[in-house]
Amino acid sequence: MKPPAFLYHDPRSIDEAVALLARLDNARLLAGGQSLMPMLNMRYVLPDHIIDLNRIEALAGVRQIGETLRIGAMTRQRDIAEHPLVRSRLPLMVEALGHVGHRQTRNRGTIGGSLCHLDPAAELVAVAANLDATIEIVGPKGARLLPMAEFALGFMTPAIAPDEMVAAVNLPLPAARHGYAFLEMARRHGDFAIVAVAVVLTLDPAGRLATCAITLGGAAAVPRRMAEAETMLRGAAPDALLFGRAAATARAVDALEDAQVPGWYRRQVAETLIERALATAHRRAVAANGMAS
Amino acid sequence: MQRDRRSDAPAPPGLPPGPRAVIGQSLPRLEDGPLLRGQGLFAADVNFPRQVTMRVVRSPLAHGRLVSIDAAAALAMPGVVAVWTGADTAAIPPIPFRATRVRGLEPYCQPILARERVRYVGEPIAAVFAEDAYVAEDAADLVSAEIDPLPAHLDAAAPPGEFLPGLGTEATVVRKEYGDVEAAFRAAHAIVALDLSVGRHSGVPLETRGAVARYDAARDVLELHGTAKKQHWNRDEIARLIGRPTHGVHLFEGHVGGGFGVRGELYPEDVLVCLGALRLQRPVKWVEDRREHLVAANHSRQQRHRIRAAVDAEGRLLAIDNVFFHDQGAYVRTHGARVADMAAGLLPGPYRLPAYRVAGHFRLTNKTPAATYRAPGRFETSFVRERLMDAIAARLGLDPVELRRRNLIGRDEMPYARPVDALGVDVVLDSGDYHALLDRALARFDWAGTQARLADRRARGECVGAGLAFFVEKSGLGPADGVRVSVDATGSVELVTGAASVGQGVETVLAQICAEALGIDYRRIRVVRGRTDRIEFGNGAHASRVTVMSGSATYLAALAVRAMALETAAMELQTTAEALTIRDGRILRIARPDEPLMALGDIARQMGPNSPLMRGRTPGLTAERWFYSDHMTYPYGAHLAQLRIDRDTGEVRVERYLVAYDIGRAINPMLVEGQIAGGFAQGLGGALFEEFRYDDEGQPLSTTFADYLIPTMAEVPPVEVLIAEDAPSPLNPLGVKGAGEGGTNAVGAAIAAAVDDALGRPGAVTRLPIAPRTMRRLLAETAR
Repeated sequence: MKPPAFLYHDPRSIDEAVALLARLDNARLLAGGQSLMPMLNMRYVLPDHIIDLNRIEALAGVRQIGETLRIGAMTRQRDIAEHPLVRSRLPLMVEALGHVGHRQTRNRGTIGGSLCHLDPAAELVAVAANLDATIEIVGPKGARLLPMAEFALGFMTPAIAPDEMVAAVNLPLPAARHGYAFLEMARRHGDFAIVAVAVVLTLDPAGRLATCAITLGGAAAVPRRMAEAETMLRGAAPDALLFGRAAATARAVDALEDAQVPGWYRRQVAETLIERALATAHRRAVAANGMAS
Repeated sequence: MQRDRRSDAPAPPGLPPGPRAVIGQSLPRLEDGPLLRGQGLFAADVNFPRQVTMRVVRSPLAHGRLVSIDAAAALAMPGVVAVWTGADTAAIPPIPFRATRVRGLEPYCQPILARERVRYVGEPIAAVFAEDAYVAEDAADLVSAEIDPLPAHLDAAAPPGEFLPGLGTEATVVRKEYGDVEAAFRAAHAIVALDLSVGRHSGVPLETRGAVARYDAARDVLELHGTAKKQHWNRDEIARLIGRPTHGVHLFEGHVGGGFGVRGELYPEDVLVCLGALRLQRPVKWVEDRREHLVAANHSRQQRHRIRAAVDAEGRLLAIDNVFFHDQGAYVRTHGARVADMAAGLLPGPYRLPAYRVAGHFRLTNKTPAATYRAPGRFETSFVRERLMDAIAARLGLDPVELRRRNLIGRDEMPYARPVDALGVDVVLDSGDYHALLDRALARFDWAGTQARLADRRARGECVGAGLAFFVEKSGLGPADGVRVSVDATGSVELVTGAASVGQGVETVLAQICAEALGIDYRRIRVVRGRTDRIEFGNGAHASRVTVMSGSATYLAALAVRAMALETAAMELQTTAEALTIRDGRILRIARPDEPLMALGDIARQMGPNSPLMRGRTPGLTAERWFYSDHMTYPYGAHLAQLRIDRDTGEVRVERYLVAYDIGRAINPMLVEGQIAGGFAQGLGGALFEEFRYDDEGQPLSTTFADYLIPTMAEVPPVEVLIAEDAPSPLNPLGVKGAGEGGTNAVGAAIAAAVDDALGRPGAVTRLPIAPRTMRRLLAETAR
């Protein structure tokens, strides 16, 4: 449980960090360290260089730009959960963060670290996918923007080149009167999800579903948007039967299998959680719109 | 029955029941100051100048022939002091037994470093000594072993395999029998048979193991720090294994971050650091990491029982016939066959049982060696026995509570001698009013009201249920423990005990007993424990023995000091000892209690060796007393659980949990409640969460806290505790029974019963832990 020897770098600006990345072979970026440090200690990763991002102030902060929330990669999970803008405009994020590790890990853990680690069961990854986030990536050739769907290439594999890093995530804000739910099944509170579900939906004046985004985390190698269910729901009049039918699309998910959790169990739980998340999100949307339920 | 009390003083009158001035009070712990201020001394806090760090290289395979080990690359690394393999430790005998030696177990002992064969993933095959922990781990990664894989034997219930040529993996069969079992089954109204399994899990203290050895050439003493639980026995055995006089080895205990049966047994690493300190002439430090701990420290619990009961038409037990398979793992360690022996001897628990036959197949597998974990053999057999009682009730259409009432041993039958032994002593249930405790527990839980409310909720579609289990614990294993109580010239008291502390509050409890007997503030008592240089003998801290054994010795020693002090004071004051008493460390006349006469410190000064008073006598206001017991005491209790199952995910939420426990007398009720709450959390782990899993090749799958699921605050509901003192033990002057394991004992049993009840399907649970996916399957089957 002692990391192997590595060289430690301590840049103070994004440019400096990018320059280091360009120059060094086999380097790893250290964000909040809540995954990387245990992996180092267990020698699952053996980098020659660690580039510590913790002293780059420009990487942290929450800002509203139009109808988008820009969150710096090094913003701590706890700071995000307590940010007034997030609390008022993006309660889905707050609900999801309640499931991320524990208060102690959230004090250190960052949104950028979580997105780049890209654990299929990570809550923030599911939230980013559900909101159609855009990832801001910087490298030697400057900055580029990548939709979340393209960022999450595969199992724990983000689409970033070795000389690039994530600078921020841009989260389109849902309409003011939306409904949301983040539900998760884990063996213990704070564990990685066996299955997590994020839902954001809006209603038209008649109470029909105007928009609906459903994301399944933990069940597949990358977060899975439930496109078939979303299509089924858009424009429809919401009721329990419909939510049940939409949730049943989870039965077709090619779910992850591991020693503890068989695929059939993940699919069953996914179906349950989607149904419940839709009901909760709908109830909240109704309340937000001052409609009678 | 015999009352065995062969102390060297005549037996004092027992302490009257009920709370006293100090005993029975929930006083704050003496231990807490340094722990809360971050001034504790755990194994990793011990450091010596010039120390080297040891890192153990462990087998990556579950079973194989060890062909060769190449340490050249490691040895060439700067900062590496030495690398040892089995060849370097060939002269050291294997880890010995301290308990339940059964003939024929010797070939199954573990060498301190493997030779010829490796038998589990995690087995030590080499030891690296280096300047620091980083270099040691780098070097350990460079040690390569050539191992010819052999098939891994992983199922103790499968036919035995070969351990060595001519030696099978069934090390022994623990057999016990009384009564005419065959006749009982022939005459039975009904026969109920079950096949039940308990998963492999164990105590996982937050502090991993650690050991720091130092040879002090100036005094010719080998010191071992970071020890726990069994300092004196470990000292004796380490001295023997490495060939030193016992007096030339001293063990020291600092703070211990949890014991639970796992910490403090003699392990290969303890011997390796001692040997290292002697051979390298430098202090050697080893601190286990979590991944090592989960594959190297003792596992426990894994058993499969095929049990049958013969009952009459009223549900009374006529006989039990049980065959069980105990998965011992790769070697037999210090406990010998103890867990299987206890399982066999204590399975009948609180019930009248005219005939009993048990065969415990004690078998080796290619997994981490197993030994005791809090309520060893009892967590398992309470699950099995109470499952059996529920099955009998279901078969005969009886209420489970009523069935238990018909079988519980009555108060008028106490002491109840069962013609069977456990831990080498006859099982004689010393005292108890089982029916009364069951009634109190049911009343406290509002069992009848609960049933009605749950029926209501079930009718509304919820999946909720309640279950109960009754059990007998055992505690106060003898045969002996001694305590020396001394008053110094400042009036402070030092209490030296051969007991140890794994964090459970030993100092506070012994100080309370001493304070009560002596008449002094308990905060003026310094308790010295876990040190072989301060007292010659000791039996440590295990088997819920400290309060019973060391507590009784404390009581006797403190009373002896009190008598000495009063006698000396009486001489001085020209009165009789009977006219005097001690309060707050001061002597006073009973007739004039407002007028303190002299302090205990004054008397201690007058009893110094230079005092004319002491000419020809052994000086000092001090006494050492030993308490002996040939029998265990048997606390007993009931667990009542109410839970809700999420039909769709299979998750279990425990809504209420009550532990009712009669321990004769609670010295410090707050500490007893703490013991029960902590014990319950561990029991819940074994019932729903924790399991050491292996793949088909014997690779461990639970090697981090992400895979080995210890329940946290979020999963453990508050536990209600009913401490009863209805049945003080007649076996010791305090009437106490141990409180350490009753919180764990019946959790698996009660949770299983409640799950059955929620599913409306008696006998649904046959295996622990109950994972959500298992539950989901049970739900699906039940719905069909």
